[in-house]
Amino acid sequence: MLKDQDRIFQNLYNDLGSDVSSSQKRGDWVNTKDLTDKGRDWIINEIKDSQLRGRGGAGFPTGLKWSFAPKEVGSRPHYLVINGDESEPGTCKDRDILRFEPHKLIEGCLLASYAVQAHVCYIYIRGEYFVDGQKLQKAIDEAYEKNLIGKNAAGTGWDLDIYIHYGAGAYICGEETALLESIEGKKGQPRLKPPFPALIGLYGCPTIINNVETIAVVPTILRRGAKWFSSLGREKNTGTKIFCISGNVNNPCNVEEEMNIPLKELIEVHAGGVIGGWDNLQAVIPGGSSMPLIPKEKCETLTMDFDSLVAEKSGLGTAGVVVINKDQDIIKCMARIARFYKHESCGQCTPCREGSGWMWRMLERMAKGEASKDEVDMLGDVTKQIEGHTICAFGEGSSWPVQGLLRHFKDEIKRRNKFDPIVRENKNIPYLVDQHLLDKNA
Amino acid sequence: MSLKRPAKNQPEDFKFNSSSLEAANKIIANYPKEKQQSAVMALLYIAQRQNNNWIPLAAMKYIAKFLDMPYIKVYEVATFYSMYNLSPVGKYFVQVCTTTPCMIRGANKLVEACKEKISENENELSNDKSCSWMEVECLGACVNAPMMQINDDYYEDLDKEKTLDILDKILNGETPKPGSYRGRVNNEPENNRKTLLDVKNA
Repeated sequence: MLKDQDRIFQNLYNDLGSDVSSSQKRGDWVNTKDLTDKGRDWIINEIKDSQLRGRGGAGFPTGLKWSFAPKEVGSRPHYLVINGDESEPGTCKDRDILRFEPHKLIEGCLLASYAVQAHVCYIYIRGEYFVDGQKLQKAIDEAYEKNLIGKNAAGTGWDLDIYIHYGAGAYICGEETALLESIEGKKGQPRLKPPFPALIGLYGCPTIINNVETIAVVPTILRRGAKWFSSLGREKNTGTKIFCISGNVNNPCNVEEEMNIPLKELIEVHAGGVIGGWDNLQAVIPGGSSMPLIPKEKCETLTMDFDSLVAEKSGLGTAGVVVINKDQDIIKCMARIARFYKHESCGQCTPCREGSGWMWRMLERMAKGEASKDEVDMLGDVTKQIEGHTICAFGEGSSWPVQGLLRHFKDEIKRRNKFDPIVRENKNIPYLVDQHLLDKNA
Repeated sequence: MSLKRPAKNQPEDFKFNSSSLEAANKIIANYPKEKQQSAVMALLYIAQRQNNNWIPLAAMKYIAKFLDMPYIKVYEVATFYSMYNLSPVGKYFVQVCTTTPCMIRGANKLVEACKEKISENENELSNDKSCSWMEVECLGACVNAPMMQINDDYYEDLDKEKTLDILDKILNGETPKPGSYRGRVNNEPENNRKTLLDVKNA
């Protein structure tokens, strides 16, 4: 288990208070100027060396992303945008950072803004987190009062303004370009890439977009050094991560742990075990609803990091672990996830708009055993038609969980859906609708 | 995409009151000059708060004029995002999360409770017109499942009994205390905490 002193979010459970003075006691805002004095290149290189990967789902190296920002500010200002539109089922880590560690986030905003030369930072928070957003706003007001942000922020000589922008219940706005559209006051429909936001983003200006957790760990990495951070976890999957363990466990919780922690340890030690014991485990969704599920046999030895989950044809995503035990109907669970995606599709690309509804309706019928045998393969075909044929990654996000179900629970679906629409024996009925099929098989 | 439709009975006119006007101008100042359209989402919220939790078409027209943008663009935004209510929802708007993590911990019991206490169907006002409920997608409090949101507040770690209690209270016009209903502190593992114990006992 990770040592307590190596945990970045000391106030994850709000034992210490989230105001600026208690945050300063925990080490936030201490000598921020010393960090910026070492220069932009040092900050970006340090983040590169720490091998920090984005915590929002895709796992893109953060230092590399920052280095895409133009080196010189031209006629267009640079922007930093923080993605707090946390809506992936199974994920609730950013909410705790917004509520309990807001100063880590705000200080991270300052350091990141300095590194990418942005004077304005927008924090996009999902509309449902209104109360938590108010807490962050309070922390921002405190920071302005103490001169930690604003003109000559924290004595660094850098000017920074931070504003909160509330979303309004659209999952798709967690996609970075949809988020930008939303800030511009439009429908949240993703843009085609390229051009990437690092060159043409918010209001057509260079924009760097990072997840809340990614930015909130930056100050600690810079203080304790890239070496410390990269000593945790394993090569290319370094550092700590907040895991959200929900579903059929005895003690669902958020916990910060080292990358590469065994899944079994996460569930048995921190979450108090599966309801009904480990043998009652059916499957685990390892990284939020868009990642394919993993059946019990593989959960025994699975370790939680980006690359080892990709090797299992799944992904770490947002590290929202949803545990499903044998009391649940796995097909129904996936049908509900498909319904989520049907509801949240933005409607821009046809394969996703129509396909997400098809997948949902087929899975609902399969859960009831009303689907025909052929439809099982047809469902797999539909997921392939969506994946890779859409503007944004929502297509993959909606089809992967269904593919995961087909990969590991095909037998269960087939057992329940035996209905065969083709009449194979000659029943001597004068006219048969499917006669041509019968003749072909004969 | 939101499936809500504008209400049949629309008020003739809508105007920001002085406090809304002040809030709106403050929000517009957050965005660069000429980019005041960015404030449309926040302004719709302000209108919704001023007008008993829902946005009439007149308010969209008013906001369009206010931000100097086409009415259809405001309408587009108001209908795209699911948190804008386009018809009356009552003083207390109950949203029950029924996505998988909540579903497997018994969110259907919460839905049953809502059906018993508020109304048989979703998006239907209760008899005294004070309250309505709907099923929503993930509200982002999965480790506190099952949960629901009433107006701005989250009610977490519920079961049917507790939900019935909460609904009784709101139907009596009280606002129950938000947070966990199993007495747990935030998102810590209940009675099983293994981390940051020094901080806890400090």
